[in-house]
Amino acid sequence: MASTWRTSTGTTVPAEESSGDIRSRRRADRARRLRAGLPGLALVAPALFFYAVFVLRPLAATVQYSFYEWDGIGPSTWVGVDNYVRLFTDPELIGPIVNAFQLILYFSIIPVIFGVISAAIIRKFGSSKLALASRTVLFLPQVIPLVAAGIMWTWIMATNGVLNQGLALVGLDGVTRAWLGDFDTALPAVGVIGAWVNVGLCMLLMLAGMTKIDPALYEAARLDGAGAIREFVSVTLPAVRQELGVAIIITVISALRSFDIIFISTQGGPGNSTLVPGLEIYYLAFFSREIGQASALAVALTALVLIVVLPLNRLTRTESTS
Amino acid sequence: MSPSKRELLLGRAILIFVMLITLVPFVTLFVTALHPPGTYPDGISLPEEYHWDNFILAFESANMSTMLTSSLLIELGVVPISLLVATLAGFALGHLQVPFRRTLFVVFILGLTLPFEGIIVPLYYQIRDYGFLNTQLAIILPLIGLFMPFAVMWMRAHFVNMPHDLTEAAKVDGASTWQLFWRVHVPLSRPAIASLAILLFLWTWNQFLLAIVLVDDPTKRTMAGALGAFQGQWGTDIPLLCAGSLLILTPVLVVFLVFQRQFVAALLQGAVKG
Repeated sequence: MASTWRTSTGTTVPAEESSGDIRSRRRADRARRLRAGLPGLALVAPALFFYAVFVLRPLAATVQYSFYEWDGIGPSTWVGVDNYVRLFTDPELIGPIVNAFQLILYFSIIPVIFGVISAAIIRKFGSSKLALASRTVLFLPQVIPLVAAGIMWTWIMATNGVLNQGLALVGLDGVTRAWLGDFDTALPAVGVIGAWVNVGLCMLLMLAGMTKIDPALYEAARLDGAGAIREFVSVTLPAVRQELGVAIIITVISALRSFDIIFISTQGGPGNSTLVPGLEIYYLAFFSREIGQASALAVALTALVLIVVLPLNRLTRTESTS
Repeated sequence: MSPSKRELLLGRAILIFVMLITLVPFVTLFVTALHPPGTYPDGISLPEEYHWDNFILAFESANMSTMLTSSLLIELGVVPISLLVATLAGFALGHLQVPFRRTLFVVFILGLTLPFEGIIVPLYYQIRDYGFLNTQLAIILPLIGLFMPFAVMWMRAHFVNMPHDLTEAAKVDGASTWQLFWRVHVPLSRPAIASLAILLFLWTWNQFLLAIVLVDDPTKRTMAGALGAFQGQWGTDIPLLCAGSLLILTPVLVVFLVFQRQFVAALLQGAVKG
């Protein structure tokens, strides 16, 4: 193996050899190592090819486009950072970013809380039928296309949908409305769809973390007289920190780059009340034909996801090793 | 550990309640699909007469057999190629000496969080220049590229944990790297590859953005993309729309229920590793 061979060269070079000898030998070593690595490099090449051509190349092009004004047909003009300046000054463009951050509450925080609680309950039922059934059922929304989730919920929250039907049944006729068409409720309504989709994923992640916990810890907690809540806070929660971090990362990303659900249920409306960056990129590029502006927003979104995720990621890493 | 009776009872009640909430959308979809086409039924209400033929009507009016063929064609293009290419790369990065290994690893990792929206604009022009717009290739090729970060990381994580003794033994027996890969490592990696296959299948089936941007004709899209078009066309006919949605989401539900064990394991591993 190359690793053992590398350590041996370090020790076998005699001190009295001239520097020229050493240099030529080093060069030979490097050539040999490269030759030994060629089969490996050849195996990586096809994956790298697809990745470079269909991801890295368009990614670089997005950055390039973002400095131009272009309608997709005629000649393009260099505008420097104008598109980025507009991104931070034009309320029409800030709005979608603000909306995306608001969606984090529904796509991430609520599902994580519900996921932790339901996992803690399911764990108590071990491998019974109830535990198995609830695991499966809660995960179903995660499997179906988001488009289908959007269609289902659009119908549920329609004027004559189940939600209003139920509210009327309990005498709350006063609050019934077209939930997705109302300026005040459209964003939370869209958020509920995301929450419904993400709960199952959070639950499963938490459950996976909880099954690793030593049952003796629970016995000890019980002997100390801890109730269900105390036990949850001091035994369960600390043990699932890593899974918690992963669940937060995945769901936060799903909030920031939401597209399918909103495209289907509200198209960003009413007004711009549910417009998110993904949808705005789509509209800018393919309807108002502002390719440069769309690209600047795309770069900003990509960077935003990284900025939000990287610190979260570090959090899970260090916590898991400590 | 013996939680009290009262606690268990409360837990059971909560779980059943949560399950019901989760299932309500599926139930309304199903019940509504049975109403007479073209009507505006109320939330959950049973029709006087069950219109099972709505499913046939939706199937035919949406030209669903063509959609299904297209979707399967895309799956056949994306999944096997992605698996092969990612397994080769994962094997090399996880188990062989590769020059610039660290750099390559970081380059792939960078793609893990990339939102598809981040590259969709230039991708459109790139695919147009290749002449692939409005064909299944417009979805297949970019999707393989976009799956690479996850798929390569996934397979690498698997091969890193394979014992090196195995490789040494095969080398002593005079196996080449190629033989080592196909005869020793691939057979041992079947579970990891199978899990990845299930994930890629579902992600392809559910892919929406690439489908609506790169392919105008709904009959040449993925199922999710086709469903989007179906909503645009039949959005006013609620029973038919519900029937169509059910037809499109049933296959993924079946795949999930059949492969549930592998699927859940795959997803959890993937999430924690990714």
